[in-house]
Amino acid sequence: MSITIFILAAVIKIVLIVFIMLTAVAYTTWLERKVVARIQNRWGPTRVGPFGLLQPLADGIKFILKEDLVPSGVHKGLYIMAPMLALAMALISFAVIPFGDAVSIRGYQIPLQITGVTMGADGGRSDINIGLLIILGATSIGVYGIALAGWSSNSKYSLLGSLRASAQMISYELALGLSLVGILLLSGSLSLREIVNQQSNTWVIGGFNTHLPHWYIFPQFIAFFIYLMAAYAETNRIPFDLPEAETELVAGYHTEYSSMKFAMFFMAEYLNMFTVGCLATILFFGGWHGPALPFLPPLLQAILPLLYFAAKVLFFIFLYIWIRGTLPRFRYDQLMAFGWKFLLPLAIANIIVTGLIVALGA
Amino acid sequence: MVHQILFIIFALMCVAGAVNLLRQTHPINSALSLVVVMASLALIYLLLGAEFVAAIQVIVYAGAIMVLFVFVIMLLNAGAEERSSGSRIALIIGVPGALVLGVLVGWIMIGQNKQLGSVAISATDFGETHFIARLLFRDFLLPFEVTSVLILIAIMGAVVLGRKES
Repeated sequence: MSITIFILAAVIKIVLIVFIMLTAVAYTTWLERKVVARIQNRWGPTRVGPFGLLQPLADGIKFILKEDLVPSGVHKGLYIMAPMLALAMALISFAVIPFGDAVSIRGYQIPLQITGVTMGADGGRSDINIGLLIILGATSIGVYGIALAGWSSNSKYSLLGSLRASAQMISYELALGLSLVGILLLSGSLSLREIVNQQSNTWVIGGFNTHLPHWYIFPQFIAFFIYLMAAYAETNRIPFDLPEAETELVAGYHTEYSSMKFAMFFMAEYLNMFTVGCLATILFFGGWHGPALPFLPPLLQAILPLLYFAAKVLFFIFLYIWIRGTLPRFRYDQLMAFGWKFLLPLAIANIIVTGLIVALGA
Repeated sequence: MVHQILFIIFALMCVAGAVNLLRQTHPINSALSLVVVMASLALIYLLLGAEFVAAIQVIVYAGAIMVLFVFVIMLLNAGAEERSSGSRIALIIGVPGALVLGVLVGWIMIGQNKQLGSVAISATDFGETHFIARLLFRDFLLPFEVTSVLILIAIMGAVVLGRKES
């Protein structure tokens, strides 16, 4: 593949994915308001468009038209940089996520992943071998967005919110990272595409075909629950939303932000929810693999893997909203004790057991 | 060619970050300059083909250690430092000393170029996670474990220092 075609394909993929993800974020806010409303026996948005479907558009226009205030006494450079950093780091994660296998356009095999490259004449698809680490790195840099937002705002609520956020994200990053090591031990690869491809068959135990899909959720269900809980804390969502606890801190680290700067924090938070959903789908639920449905028309057959991927991610988004509508918020000491005294030892124990099984099996 | 241009860009970014780190009076600006230095170092590692080290550099240094630095600066609410006039001894001895040291190191490096040898980074698995793991856990197992014990001792020291007298 020549460099021109590669750059052209990459630019098209970047534009498409950014457009799709930002639209998905807008409609997740609609979904969240609808589902939480149903849980609380209300209607949710109904006025703008059928079923309130144009509500995200109205919200977007409102965000753009609001006055962009910069309060006095803020550290101006960092105050403006913080939301940009948060949004940029949230978007960077999507560079390594494989959404599907590959499409063939005019003889060129194009992987459905921004950093995916087609190598050689045989069309063998390659992927960077540190995909997972790039996502973890982008998440850990994203902490700066929140930390600096609170500090530069020159407001006590913002500062308290961002202190809570930094402490919480540093604490839960450990459990999050360690929970994924079990998967890496089983798969022996850091490439997300490779991990997905290993989950395409069914589990065969001692010659007996169990007809269960070869998803890593089955041997690693403890790791999955650690990952899910740590990821909820990383994305500052209920029941771990202490950095923006509105009953204590007004709005936490983004109290002083208005207009599109506030919207950027909002988008970053929802994009991080999507990253968590995509990663859970890729690592534990077999990515774009699913049962083949031969009775469907050819066009649907072609996009079936993408539909499987989207459905699995949507399930995790729904889970986020469901939990938001169900659970109350943790107290701060409970949050720290849960992370350090329960999740972290459990994650280490999971690594030891998985490591022993892999070593004895090999 | 592209590699050389990228290397120069990231190296300049790295040096500029380091100079800015010393120039700034506010601790948080200095800490953020250090983040820029770490990130550009990671990019230089990536150019060398050491992708795993680059990712770990970002996650551990830029993402964990520097976040703790920033966290502590925020927690103590440290304000801008005053710029002192600087000591005269540092100016008289330090600047020529640094110059002499720099020239000396450069002269030795250029003069002894032949003896220093080189590292082949053309091997296909150089910088891959498997390759580094094999080095760490097979060839250099003892130094690796001793280092981890060293870190453990440091943590225990911090716990002892941080404990309240009862």
